[in-house]
Amino acid sequence: MTASHQPSTINHHPLLTVRELHVSYGAIKALHGVSLQVPEKSIVTLIGANGAGKSTTLRAISGLIKAQSGAVIYDGVEITHQRPHRIVSRHLCHVPEGRMVFANLTVAENLHMGAYLRNDKAGIAEDIDYIYGIFPRLKERLAQQAGTLSGGEQQMLAISRALMGRPRCLMLDEPSLGIAPMLVRAIFDQIVAINRERGITVLLVEQNANLALAISDYGYVLETGRVILEDTAAALRENPQVREAYLGE
Amino acid sequence: MNGLALGSIYALIALGYTMVYGVLRFINFAHSDVLMLGAFSAYYLAPAVAQVLPLPSLAGALVVTLFACVLCAGLGVLIEFLAYRPLRSRPRLTVLITAIGVSLFIEFTCQHRAVFGADTKAFPKLLPESDFRLGDLIIGSNDLVVLVTTVLLLTGLWFVVQRTKIGTAMRAVSFNQQAAALMGIDINRIISFTFALGSALAAVAGILYALKAPGIDPLMGVQPGLRAFIAAVLGGIGNLPGAALGGLVIGLLETFAGGISGLSNYRDGIAFAILILILLFKPAGLLGKATVEKV
Repeated sequence: MTASHQPSTINHHPLLTVRELHVSYGAIKALHGVSLQVPEKSIVTLIGANGAGKSTTLRAISGLIKAQSGAVIYDGVEITHQRPHRIVSRHLCHVPEGRMVFANLTVAENLHMGAYLRNDKAGIAEDIDYIYGIFPRLKERLAQQAGTLSGGEQQMLAISRALMGRPRCLMLDEPSLGIAPMLVRAIFDQIVAINRERGITVLLVEQNANLALAISDYGYVLETGRVILEDTAAALRENPQVREAYLGE
Repeated sequence: MNGLALGSIYALIALGYTMVYGVLRFINFAHSDVLMLGAFSAYYLAPAVAQVLPLPSLAGALVVTLFACVLCAGLGVLIEFLAYRPLRSRPRLTVLITAIGVSLFIEFTCQHRAVFGADTKAFPKLLPESDFRLGDLIIGSNDLVVLVTTVLLLTGLWFVVQRTKIGTAMRAVSFNQQAAALMGIDINRIISFTFALGSALAAVAGILYALKAPGIDPLMGVQPGLRAFIAAVLGGIGNLPGAALGGLVIGLLETFAGGISGLSNYRDGIAFAILILILLFKPAGLLGKATVEKV
């Protein structure tokens, strides 16, 4: 699983640009001016410890929390203060931390909610078939309430649900969290496949830096709401600071 | 039979409480006043409709009810937009107290001479009335109308909530608003839709209640509203079948208690005793269950 894409962000047209983002939860400042770029068709990862501001960055991009200052530019358009459903309609989809599948809905209903903004029945059916292909377990559980799925299956559903929105850019928040190692492998293989085969740009937040850097082109290291380091994923894996703090060496 | 009819009306009202609770997690105390406004809309619309259609008649009653539904749906949406939406991010207690405020505001504004006035008005006859005999049972046609209407509306509501896209979105929003927003669902639209649906049901309930009541006044919603609220809690607040079941149970209990001499004065007491018992022993309600989620 080595990165085959052009890793540099310089020559590429960035699909997503975050500029000097500041976010607070009440009196507590969570982001102190985070800037990053996600080139089209790449996999970019944000790594860092718990509370570093990784999830907050994603939540600010998708409009779930308000940015105090700074800008989010997606596909050349500033989306900083747009409401979440408007942002999703631009095909920037977010798989939130903790999966947040609709436990009271069936697996099939969850997938259809992912396609909420679409009316193309044939296309929706096609995409559901595609999802059966990448996550066959979901097909067996279509009529089941999503709350009865295992953690790994819920994560598969959460990713699939986001894919139903035909994302051009997919943001994934901790897809490995609390999931059996065997399923983590399957899920990460599919993240790579989604990127390679469908050309979907991926912004990946992970605490498991090893896993994330292995599939990414470029990485940002966050610490207490700031980007302290950025480089190609390959270089970050060799970086002694990263190796010590995040790769457990 | 009377108990079933009364219970059906409570069920229709309880659904409104429980649907709003489902998406916003607070009790919309102004719901009982929307019911009253439904009855009053019919009261004022009936003479106008009588110009075009014969009244009492089924067609006339339908048209009056339909207009009242549309009016009340609009009012429900307006109440949410003006009173609750600005407080969306505030603590729920703030919204709850606001709801009580909205309720009192509507009740006492409507009692003003320039609006409806505080006196009881005779509700117009919308439907021809007759009694049926079924063995020893005498069934009033109004009771039958109440039952049939309720069954139809419950079926319709079930279809909307379970089988349509917007109904599925309602369930998604009630489970997790943020996740729903990430699907591209406009939360505000779904909340407005929920208020419209609940308020339209309240309008029908108000008209059905008025058919059975001696007259209508601006405080007429208070008693059925409270009982329906208890019904919603009894069934498990947020649970739609629970609200329907709770309504029937409360209606039947109230009618039985009314039939026993010596107990009839305690009808309200019985309803509230049920509320207290549920809160003590089964706070999730009859059909409510503590949601278990695998992690």
